[in-house]
Amino acid sequence: MKLHTLVFREIFERKSQLLTSFLAILLGITVIVSIKNISFYSEKAVARELDALGANILVLPKSATLQNYYSADMQDEELPEEYVTILATSGLEGLDNISPKLSAAVSVRGTTCTLTGILPKQEFQSKAAWEGAGIFSRPAGCGVVAQMPGADNTPARETLVRKRVIDTLQPDEALVGSEVAASLSLKENESFDILGRPFRVTALLPQTGTVDDSRIFAHLHSVQELLGKGPVINAVEIVGCCQEISRGLVAKLNQALPDAKVVTVAQVVDTQIKTNSMMAGLSLVFLSIIVLVGGASIANYMYANVYERRREIGTLLALGASPSLVVMMFLFKALLLGIVGGIGGFLLGTVLAAALGPRIANVPVFPMPMLLLWAVLISAAISLVASLLPARNASRLDPCATLQEG
Amino acid sequence: MDNVTLTVGSGEFVSVVGPSGSGKSTLLLVLGGMLTPESGEVEIGGESLYAMSPSNRARVRREKVGFVFQTFNLVPYLTALANVQVPLYLRGKEPAEQIARATELLEQVGLGDRLDHKPSELSVGQQQRVALARMMANDPQIILADEPTGNLDPATGDQILGFLETLNRAGKLVLMVTHDMRAASRAGRILKLKDGRVEELNVADDS
Repeated sequence: MKLHTLVFREIFERKSQLLTSFLAILLGITVIVSIKNISFYSEKAVARELDALGANILVLPKSATLQNYYSADMQDEELPEEYVTILATSGLEGLDNISPKLSAAVSVRGTTCTLTGILPKQEFQSKAAWEGAGIFSRPAGCGVVAQMPGADNTPARETLVRKRVIDTLQPDEALVGSEVAASLSLKENESFDILGRPFRVTALLPQTGTVDDSRIFAHLHSVQELLGKGPVINAVEIVGCCQEISRGLVAKLNQALPDAKVVTVAQVVDTQIKTNSMMAGLSLVFLSIIVLVGGASIANYMYANVYERRREIGTLLALGASPSLVVMMFLFKALLLGIVGGIGGFLLGTVLAAALGPRIANVPVFPMPMLLLWAVLISAAISLVASLLPARNASRLDPCATLQEG
Repeated sequence: MDNVTLTVGSGEFVSVVGPSGSGKSTLLLVLGGMLTPESGEVEIGGESLYAMSPSNRARVRREKVGFVFQTFNLVPYLTALANVQVPLYLRGKEPAEQIARATELLEQVGLGDRLDHKPSELSVGQQQRVALARMMANDPQIILADEPTGNLDPATGDQILGFLETLNRAGKLVLMVTHDMRAASRAGRILKLKDGRVEELNVADDS
């Protein structure tokens, strides 16, 4: 005979009465785990989709105004290229992609288009001072989600449209927007001149419906030389991690670059922050309901159990059980109920999320072992807290009332 | 109860009689450290029971007091063996020792073949014998019996009284509450509780 023998045998004897409370906590945890599991993968999917929209932070000269996200760099004001170094070495969390730009209107084969200088990743990696900052070698942040298995891989050069940066770009290479390519009849690997300097078309960019379609992209340093402007840029596009933005990344960037204007593309950032907070809010609402319903059900069961067992409790006290042992008997039972409910709820919730996730949120959902720990902790905590008062009452039962009842 | 003063020595067999509601069972619970009196005190071996902490009172009950109830108060979901193990577990005995002692006691009361029966599978007489075995588990010096024969037929009641007498002869203090004068007369001393006060009856005169 041990404490657990007493508890197990009592549970086994009155299992049908325990069933309602067990179901309440089991279903409650199931719902919580399902929501958490689905919302986690749904947030990932949203982040991935927002990432596809491109940069969400722009660094502009102080006097510049943001009229159009896609043409933010097309203004006369300039910033020193040194700002890119400052950003790359700042150590700020949440900077996933940095893309400096210098643009100017040029005439190519008699047609006016926009020549935009960009800095490929290779430039970041080749500079010893920037290497330590490792902007592009950091683990994928929330704004840059790892490619899902089975998803199409965009050709390397065309990632410029989506991610605003490309890996490599030689001084004589050019990427041509679809509209320019059509009007100049340019084809891949064809050579053409810009302001008297020969360039080779390495890729024709897909149509985007933005001003990018009428741009020719070339290496930033080549454009600077062509325009005779020295080491300057018009803007820096940044893909920032939305969570870090909500934690004040923009203020930190303003602090790092006091002579520049740092703005967020509000709609993009707001959408993700709103989605994330909606999911978090929904989980909180459900958690509150579960705590109330599950807790009330367990407390109700425990009170009924104490009432039903008052004679047995009186007998145990008469046999020499201490009041604390009586409390432990009920709390141990509550703990068991919580642990089993938590594990069961995790398993059921995970299965439910995997089954419903693709239908409700249109995302594939995978098990999250971390949720097991949370499920058990929440379930055990609810069960223990709900049982505290009934257990205390049990230890303080009036022996006259319990032992003299026929 | 009002101004009750009572001294019972070790090895005595005392019966407490009185009409229903006179406070017999309450007196038993007060003496057993289960019910704190509004005033006054209870001493066992010179130790004031209600000056102790609840956990110390529980320890005294475990070590020195054994209760027998009219309705047996066996734990319904435990077997006869497990019921007798309970006080041994509360005393801190190891499971193997609990089983050996509980088996020995149940054999003593003639239930060696009913170890794995639950109370609902036993007759009332057998249930009271399990309760007796449970009471004897920690070899208490004081036995407090509340109407131990109240629910039993005369033959089984006699058998239970016989067990109490045997224990008394072995030096145990037995204090039995009953409204059955025939059972009360088996004790060496009879106390009558009336209007909250205790008066001593002459054993020879009472019937």
